[in-house]
Amino acid sequence: MMEAGTLTPRTGRSTLERSGRARAADPILRWTLKALAALILVLIAFFFVRLFIEAKPAFDKFGYIGFVFNNNWDVSRDTFGAWPLVVGTLLTSAIALIIGVPIAIATALYITELAPRRGRQPLTILVELLAAVPSVVYGLWGIFVLAPKLKPAEQWFSDTFSFLPLVGGPVSIPNCFIAGLIMAIMILPIVSAISREVMATVPSENKEAALALGATRWEMIRMAVLPYSRAGISGAAMLGLGRAIGETIAVTIVIGNAPNVPETIFSQGYTLAAVIANEFGEAASDPTHRAALIAAGLVLFVLTLIINAIARSYVNRAQRGERTVPQGMAG
Amino acid sequence: MTTLPAVSARRRFTDRFMRSLTLVLTLVAIVPLVLIIYYLIKEGLGAWSVDFFTTDPTGRFLGNPGGIKSAILGTIVMVALASVIAIPIGIGVALYLVEFGKQGPFAKVVRYFVDVMTGVPSVVFGLFIYIVLVVSQIGGTFAAWKGSVALALLMLPIVVRSSEVVLNLVPDSLREGALALGAPRWRVIFRVVIPSALAGLVTGSLLAVARAAGETAPLLFTAAFVLGTQFDLSQRMNSLPLQIFNDVGQAQDRLVQRAWGAALTLVVLVLILSLVARLVQRRSRLA
Repeated sequence: MMEAGTLTPRTGRSTLERSGRARAADPILRWTLKALAALILVLIAFFFVRLFIEAKPAFDKFGYIGFVFNNNWDVSRDTFGAWPLVVGTLLTSAIALIIGVPIAIATALYITELAPRRGRQPLTILVELLAAVPSVVYGLWGIFVLAPKLKPAEQWFSDTFSFLPLVGGPVSIPNCFIAGLIMAIMILPIVSAISREVMATVPSENKEAALALGATRWEMIRMAVLPYSRAGISGAAMLGLGRAIGETIAVTIVIGNAPNVPETIFSQGYTLAAVIANEFGEAASDPTHRAALIAAGLVLFVLTLIINAIARSYVNRAQRGERTVPQGMAG
Repeated sequence: MTTLPAVSARRRFTDRFMRSLTLVLTLVAIVPLVLIIYYLIKEGLGAWSVDFFTTDPTGRFLGNPGGIKSAILGTIVMVALASVIAIPIGIGVALYLVEFGKQGPFAKVVRYFVDVMTGVPSVVFGLFIYIVLVVSQIGGTFAAWKGSVALALLMLPIVVRSSEVVLNLVPDSLREGALALGAPRWRVIFRVVIPSALAGLVTGSLLAVARAAGETAPLLFTAAFVLGTQFDLSQRMNSLPLQIFNDVGQAQDRLVQRAWGAALTLVVLVLILSLVARLVQRRSRLA
């Protein structure tokens, strides 16, 4: 910790430097830092413009609507309609959310409200360690361990519940479900962390009031914690969705990279992010193909931008009580 | 003394059931972590040997596939350069937000877009650098420094966010005390604010470094892949994630074995960084 002592003169120079020269550096520092901040805004705008310019040939050839909604991604015939990729992205992300979000909320509830005090820190660290595992390692584990081990269970599920939509038929080893499952594991730490932050802002008066009225622990959670943090949890789930949509390498490894609209959750598929990573090498020599991949990247960019913007406004609203930044001195 | 009416059996059962359910789901969340670590050690440790760390991948279709020396060194070099770019800029932006921008409209916009940038998929950063620096042939095609720039873009929002949180924890009384002594703003920032928050700044930066070390997608289009060890930043450079990604794609037992070994190396590297970050944080906590 710093003490005021550091400000005492060391070289005989007075600290009461009220001369204009000593303060001349203030505006310089201020404007340099402000320029750095502005740089971020410029970068994002530049991103968007450059991606758009490079993707333009694909949009010109296939149309904006056509590029997104045409079910025809055929590299050999130089035809690029991204619908199979969009469907694959939405399907795998939906699987990830359905599996990942309830588990994330349960861990957040358990850690903030129910766990014995000594267990909280270790549990938090363990859940956060999931975020430390690199994407490519999830992919490696997913394709060589998880996919083969789960195949019998998937086949059983597929046969037993074939009356459900998107279920039934043979199970291929790389498939959309495995991709969704891996994504669920990968989004779990962030959804759980933000849910925990939001739940921590629930006033203890509300919780104590519920308990004082005779509520059980679970009723207290249902009546005091969940309603208060609903917006924040929705935001956390949407941030998870943003992560899932953009997840690239793990998905590229386990999804099978087949450019067709998946018939069931156990078919091979493709996603917007995976197509970029997988086909970028062959596209280097084909301008249309390259433009199509960049267009896929642009769709991905816009999609995650919108989702994150909405998610952030939810989360920020939920945290506002807690997050009043201390007002500094008059500057 | 009157006793309260007992909680009905149904309510008690619901309470027990839901509480156990959250516990079970929490354990379920940890299962993948345990499994991944188990398989990494089981499959990866077998690949480890002195040769594994001291030879480059040979790229031969048959015979000895070689080790991962170039990948380890490449990751260290590129992540180091990315850190040199991203950490000063990130801390600078955070300083602006906390010390000057505060709750002003410009600071709010910047804060919002930094949050948004956190959510941009890493593959999009890679694609962007590919368009801006690789396709346009600035200084050749694929190059290590371009990979570093892509990683730096990825690290930037993480550094800004974590630094901002720590800088906000520096008590205003410290700043006010220094200002009251007549120190100019820049000295207050460099002599009081930054030293007070140093541990937290280091922690946040290390976590960003750990994150960058594991990223594959941004390097795929920028630093590309190469077998040999080299330190020329204007040439292609190998990296651990890319080595793993390539070996997985080959689906040959020997290469998959190497992928497990490289994955274990990468995870150990990332865990060490995270651990050091936590230790720094623990040693000096503000407030």
